[in-house]
Amino acid sequence: MTDSTVTIEVDGRELQAKAGAMLIEVTDAAGIRIPRFCYHKKLSISANCRMCLVEVEKVPKPLPACATPVNEGMKVYTHSPRALAAQKGTMEFLLINHPLDCPICDQGGECELQDVAIGYGQDVSRYNEGKRVVADKNIGPLIATDMTRCIHCTRCVRFGDEIAGIREMGSTGRGEHTVIGTYIEKSIDSELSGNIIDLCPVGALTSKPFRFNARAWELTQVEAVAPHDSLGSNVNLHLRNNKVMRVHPRDNESINESWISDRDRFSYEGLYSSDRLTVPMIKKSGEWKEVSWEMALEMAAASFSEIKEPDQLGALLSPTATLEELYLAQKLMRGLGCDNIDSRLRQGDFRTDANQTHANWLGMKISEVDTLNAALVVGGNLRKEQPILAHRLRKAALAGASVHTISPLQLELNYKSQQSLCTPAEMVERLAAVAKAAGVKASGSVANIVNSAAIDEFAKNTAEALKRSDSSVVMLGALAQSHPDYSLLYALASGLADVSGARLSIVPSAANTVGAQLAGAVPHLQAGGKTADRNGLDALSMLKLPRKGYLLLGVEPGMDFWNGALSQSALQSADTVVALSAYRSPELEACTDILLPIALYTETSGTYVNAEGNWQQCRGAVKPQGEVRPAWKVLRVLGNLMNQQGFEYTDPQQINDELRTLCDGASLYNNITEPTSLEPTLSADGLQRAGDTPLYATDPLVRRAKALQLTKDAGNAAIRLHPQEAIRQGLESAQNALIKQNGYQANLPLALDESIPEGCVWISTGLRDTSMLGQPFGEVTVEKA
Amino acid sequence: MKVLTNYFKSLFLLELFRGLSVTGRYLFRKKFTVMYPEEKAPVSPRFRGLHALRRYPSGEERCIACKLCEATCPALAITIEAEPRDDGSRRTTRYDIDLFKCIYCGYCQEACPVDAIVETRIYEYHFENRGENIMTKEKLLAVGDKHEAQLAADIEAQANYR
Repeated sequence: MTDSTVTIEVDGRELQAKAGAMLIEVTDAAGIRIPRFCYHKKLSISANCRMCLVEVEKVPKPLPACATPVNEGMKVYTHSPRALAAQKGTMEFLLINHPLDCPICDQGGECELQDVAIGYGQDVSRYNEGKRVVADKNIGPLIATDMTRCIHCTRCVRFGDEIAGIREMGSTGRGEHTVIGTYIEKSIDSELSGNIIDLCPVGALTSKPFRFNARAWELTQVEAVAPHDSLGSNVNLHLRNNKVMRVHPRDNESINESWISDRDRFSYEGLYSSDRLTVPMIKKSGEWKEVSWEMALEMAAASFSEIKEPDQLGALLSPTATLEELYLAQKLMRGLGCDNIDSRLRQGDFRTDANQTHANWLGMKISEVDTLNAALVVGGNLRKEQPILAHRLRKAALAGASVHTISPLQLELNYKSQQSLCTPAEMVERLAAVAKAAGVKASGSVANIVNSAAIDEFAKNTAEALKRSDSSVVMLGALAQSHPDYSLLYALASGLADVSGARLSIVPSAANTVGAQLAGAVPHLQAGGKTADRNGLDALSMLKLPRKGYLLLGVEPGMDFWNGALSQSALQSADTVVALSAYRSPELEACTDILLPIALYTETSGTYVNAEGNWQQCRGAVKPQGEVRPAWKVLRVLGNLMNQQGFEYTDPQQINDELRTLCDGASLYNNITEPTSLEPTLSADGLQRAGDTPLYATDPLVRRAKALQLTKDAGNAAIRLHPQEAIRQGLESAQNALIKQNGYQANLPLALDESIPEGCVWISTGLRDTSMLGQPFGEVTVEKA
Repeated sequence: MKVLTNYFKSLFLLELFRGLSVTGRYLFRKKFTVMYPEEKAPVSPRFRGLHALRRYPSGEERCIACKLCEATCPALAITIEAEPRDDGSRRTTRYDIDLFKCIYCGYCQEACPVDAIVETRIYEYHFENRGENIMTKEKLLAVGDKHEAQLAADIEAQANYR
């Protein structure tokens, strides 16, 4: 295809267009409206709805604008009598079988078919025969179907094929008997499935949680940024009566294109969970009492002031909090003289902190992922961690990039890849082999590992692919970051990236993982992303060496920590635990003394710094429920009550401006100088546990989204192991098993899963039923229950 | 001259007697005063009085929570909340009409695709306490149930004109 431009004439207007572009792209850009159903700018062209027929001079029949390439001198009439006749004819055919149930259809009011019918439909049908009826399908807890309304545009089918990468839907039958469905009775399990609700031009596919709740015309639209993954997908909140009714994607070509993940779309249900904390509460001799804000704040300030050694304090902050909240929390703690501040709650190894002088990030622009030629993903199940990022990597893979993974789980990737499946302990060796194959000259203790690594076929191919391509990346995913030898993986990956010319990417896990580092909510960096003068304790040490007082921001003990059991015991043994939380859960009530209700992302103004370092601000869309206050206000007053200087903010913008000044000149950088003394801590002996945080268990809000929790990706608390391993453990016929880890134990259901390597059991963290267990990696024993 | 005419007219109370002659004429004509409340004026089938929600003969409520009446109401008197009923059908959980806001324009009845919300011939009602001005779903259905025969007949009578 050439880049030359051609001149065409549409309805008498001269338009410049790229040669080879489709007519509808040119008219859309020029603002000339042609009705359409099957055409979508992000999907392939199928030209099956025939609604976009237009008249082209010297062509005997009308042509579909979506499948007609422009030609020099082409004369097009979009609203000539012939074009209109063709469009009206198509509309009449489409309406033959479409039911007249607009009053009970959720699409009513925002339906493309309704809109086009107003312009091109007739008021009386000439069709007297019986209408077609198609049975509805149950395709899971997120999407409601009314297949009689389907007009067979196949947008959903093409979405599954081209974007989600799973061919979950398809059309069977021909003509009148065409039916869109899932071939066999099954649910749609893609992590991007909600997008087919937006794509469906009629009411055949609608949102199940939103079913019958509101009408399009009742809703007010407010812009926001989704707080669940590190991309910060742009969304529109749809509000009615000060309540978020649903979430829709907002186009942003550089981040989420036109899509959002199901987690961002359906997490709003958690906003109205019945265990939402709406009044401040204190624990008095074991009993929880509702108190006034004044009293709760004064008690919180007083109990922190009672702890005379500031080193005995600790702050554990959620990386999903806003930038302003994280900044104020660390400012308060550092002002009190305490440096024990961390937001990397799921990280398992902090030995490289001293070598990290900058905030970590994705290592590139999000849109650059599309154009990668080679990628090595270490310990990252991107589809279930950062769905939109995984979609972009898939785009690169489909364009020819070679993707290699090292993971303790056989990944269900929707493109061709080379996977190296290994136990957690072997991950370091496998990466070392790739590094060796690439020619890393290691020194210090990493040298032993690199030198002793055996180069296999995978390592050779991967090293070659990384070195050969001009745009390659080594990614460390969430599983790598929670690995007990993360520092080794990090050092090896950094060395590998340096040698092979690849970029190093530390995939940020949460909405403000990058922001937290810039705000100084980590012990090794201070506000502005500069190296801290004094190093406090990291998230794990703060629990291993219990402090007397803790400040929690937006976290739930047990579920939001690397070591669930340790987090609960450390917090329970503390004198004072003040939690700023949006919810009250049994874990919080057991571990804390003062609960301060704070606003969630829809209720507070704030900034999220996404994986590529883009500061995205959004304003509170709804009024907080009950006596809930935005966390920045709570922290501000706590600062005032504890006589801290510089807590006189009246607007979050002032906090943002202050931090922006501090961040002036701060850069995001991943590569580290090779640390000297690193020894592997994870032994390969015995049965190894591995575990992720399931897609819908990452933060308190999404854990309360009811519909998401019914999906397959919600993750059940189970012991998953390879059938062969089950036989070896004598558990092949067991329903339940007893898992023991470092003195903790749990009785969990058993599930056989061939995607787990032998010698491994897979138990997820972040779930209530596994929160009494320890870290996600390490030696465990499994016994018959 | 005109001054003189006016002088005589006012001297002989001419205008007064002309007026009294009208009074006198009506004094002996047939009376048309309706002795409300003992007697009532005739009411058109199109009369727009108190609202009602109707049911199908099977007893199933007609309203499907499409919210068109709420959308069309110029006085914003209607408040509807909806969700799927246990059997999966679309139903209201709340259907309130604020009679203080209502201007009895009848647009809700016009908008209704299933003839569920109607305005009855009832014009005699009053409120004694705060909150009674809100016609809830239960009250509206009760009115509908009581007057269903009349409502069905009225709608039938107008069918040709809609």
